Amino acid sequence: MASHGIRDKVAIIGMGCTNFGEHWDKSADDMLVESSSAALQNAGLKLDDVDAFWLGTMGSGLSGLTLSRPLKIQHKPVTHVENFCATGSEAFRNACYAVASGAYDVVMAIGVEKLKDSGYSGLVVASPADDGSALTVTAPASFSFLAPAYANKYGVDPAELKDVLTRIAWKNHRNGALNPRAQFKKEVSKETIACSPIIAGQLGIFDCSGVSDGSAAAIIVRAEDAHKYTKNPLYVKALSFVAGPADGPIDPSYDYTSFDEVVHSAVDAYKQAGITNPRAELAMAEVHDCFTPTELVLMEDLGFSERGYGWKDVLDGTFDLDGELPVNPDGGLKSFGHPIGASGLRMLFECWTQLRGEAGPRQIASIGQGKTKALTHNLGGAPGACVSFVSVVGSELD
Amino acid sequence: MPGIVSYGAYIPYWRLQRSAITSALGSGGGRGTRSVASYDEDTTSMAVEAGRIALANAPQGYSPQNVWFSTATPAYIDKTNATAIHAALALPDGAGAFDVNGSVRSQVAALMGANAWGSQMAFVSDVRVGLPGGGDEANGGDAAAAICFGEGNVVCQDFGGASVTAEFLDRWREPGDQASKQWEERFGEYAYVPLAQEAFKRACAGANMSPDQFDHVIVSGLHGRAAKAVAKAIGVKPEAVADDLSTVIGNSGTAQAMVNLCDVLDRAQPGQTIALVLLADGCNVWLLRATDELLAFRARQTNTVAQQIANTRDDLAYASYLTWRGFLHREPPRRPEPDRPAAPPSLRRNQWKFGFFGSKDETGFVHLPPSRVSFGTGEIDHMEPIRMADVKATIATYTVDRLAFSLSPPVVAAVIDFDGGGRFQCELTDVDPNKVKIGDRVEMSFRRLFTQDGVHNYFWKARPIRGGA
Repeated sequence: MASHGIRDKVAIIGMGCTNFGEHWDKSADDMLVESSSAALQNAGLKLDDVDAFWLGTMGSGLSGLTLSRPLKIQHKPVTHVENFCATGSEAFRNACYAVASGAYDVVMAIGVEKLKDSGYSGLVVASPADDGSALTVTAPASFSFLAPAYANKYGVDPAELKDVLTRIAWKNHRNGALNPRAQFKKEVSKETIACSPIIAGQLGIFDCSGVSDGSAAAIIVRAEDAHKYTKNPLYVKALSFVAGPADGPIDPSYDYTSFDEVVHSAVDAYKQAGITNPRAELAMAEVHDCFTPTELVLMEDLGFSERGYGWKDVLDGTFDLDGELPVNPDGGLKSFGHPIGASGLRMLFECWTQLRGEAGPRQIASIGQGKTKALTHNLGGAPGACVSFVSVVGSELD
Repeated sequence: MPGIVSYGAYIPYWRLQRSAITSALGSGGGRGTRSVASYDEDTTSMAVEAGRIALANAPQGYSPQNVWFSTATPAYIDKTNATAIHAALALPDGAGAFDVNGSVRSQVAALMGANAWGSQMAFVSDVRVGLPGGGDEANGGDAAAAICFGEGNVVCQDFGGASVTAEFLDRWREPGDQASKQWEERFGEYAYVPLAQEAFKRACAGANMSPDQFDHVIVSGLHGRAAKAVAKAIGVKPEAVADDLSTVIGNSGTAQAMVNLCDVLDRAQPGQTIALVLLADGCNVWLLRATDELLAFRARQTNTVAQQIANTRDDLAYASYLTWRGFLHREPPRRPEPDRPAAPPSLRRNQWKFGFFGSKDETGFVHLPPSRVSFGTGEIDHMEPIRMADVKATIATYTVDRLAFSLSPPVVAAVIDFDGGGRFQCELTDVDPNKVKIGDRVEMSFRRLFTQDGVHNYFWKARPIRGGA
């Protein structure tokens, strides 16, 4: 399969990100206005300077009008994309390709999700009419398949695995406590996490990401033009997206301890970016910690940990803010909640902030000491049937 | 001349202690238990389960040319219910499927139709509901039975009967009402006893039998007091009167006579005679004789009535019972209710939805749901349908979902791997969420997942294999 990538062909020159949370006082329109304005201001541009737009949202609107109407965009291309929980990343990916192709000079990728108007707990997805035979369990239930399978395969005592999952939630909340944009801006004790009420399988409420509203946006130009706009652009090193054949629920050989889709997208992204040892070469990673077992499995699927040893690395603090490879330094989905269309761009916003040395109290030390690359990862769907996105961005041209 | 070649009763997994009613309401209830259709069962789904047992026990190659379905509590009116039974049993489209519904007595027409010629099946099923605290609630029961009639390998042959019809007001229910009403109890006894005496006399005369010659006598009817009186009034040996199972499963209305017949056939000896007396808007008597073939049948038989009763749980909470039957509206989870199943996709995929057919590719890989494209080879439309409804499976992993919408939370969902290939994710039913574990053995069961906009969503769930194995 050919996947040539667009390494160092395009650059991010400005980003904006709203606070994430229960925005009873804000509509999706309001958040789109906020994040797009912040990104434009950050890049020193006006709306008229942008040639084309890619809007990611799963449920907050249909078509490009969802963006052009509130922003009053005058007769320009606005593309609406949806790809489950990777929707925001997918908007970014396609916007990058549009610039790399030469079709446009300046584009915006923007994501938004207004979850808190539904009145329901968790995510609500409208499905096409069907025959009623599909299993309808909630997202925590489908991801809860991971934990017992992992413990069983690698002989991890269930109590020890609970400690591992608890530590992931504790770490992400600890990072989020340092982030003014997070939905939950405070540390949570391991005891509170471990004793939280059970939602599905072994997952307590603190093993699940929150439900919030938010929006984030990025302005993308050709790499050679980047310095016209900013001293510190981020260069896109890799963009990989894969959809699996959804074989987990039908193939008895799938064992619920890995996301094949993530493995494929990571391998592709590392090849595009020229990365051979992600754990050593990356300064940080923003990964899709929708539920704590997801983050555990991702450490192995993204090649940060050896198979079967991710849980030990978690306990050793490898992925802490001051660890060898900080994961979710902004607090992750755990601290931000997961407004679908916004999450991928929110992750990118943390790379933007960290790689430019603007992360304040949660600034990662290694970034000032020669590490220049960061990774974002999204997945959408459920174990065995998902889509996965991996990007690598860097502050230096290779 | 056709006769019974196979049969199967279905007794639901749950039973309610009548004392639980007394404890909650301070009155009503009584001693013993009644069987309870689960929140995901109705008369149609229970008939399917009974039919699967009857067909599994039937002679090899048995296939009915018609199915007749009788219940006093149909899941649909206007729309035929027997067609769902026909589809779930994967019968050929040339086989007819007919409802004979509305009253307990309508089962006679179903049995007469099925027993008329060739190979045909009769289904009886009922979910008996009464207002909380009343006699119908405590004494009712939920069950189904399926009787296979055919020309060869007859295990039980009828040799006569009689029918007396009478119009009088004993029990009635308007369409849409949850519970039926009854005239004063002594009146029903007054009306039924002479009708039964007359019908039984005529049946005996026709068969040249005296009442005390019958080895087994089944007296069935929703009027319990009249049934007891009739058993004493028609001259049969007291020890021949079969236990009507009312202390264990209750009176299952339309299903009671056939469930009791199944139970009697489970233990009858070849050559023994059975008199079945049905009190329902008149009286019908049916005289039967077990044949030598019964022993061969019994050698291959699974799921007797007694075995099923032994594998039930009798600790259903009364609050759950009231919830399941719609008498207690409980706070739902803060989640959207499911969409109603749509008619066109249900038609396009009815072999899947009702028949539980997957597709098997040339390498033997089984796709559930069926797929046109092979997962392994990518070949398109090189598939053959494979029915998985009767294949057992093992739990690969599972979860207990405490957030999902259900009439009986929590939802237990599992990934199951079928013996010989095929993986599927589905709900588990008739299961204790605290006892399920990886490696448990399960079998499929036809259920009503939910009802939305008056549309019943029938599909398959897995349940722990009843009776172990």
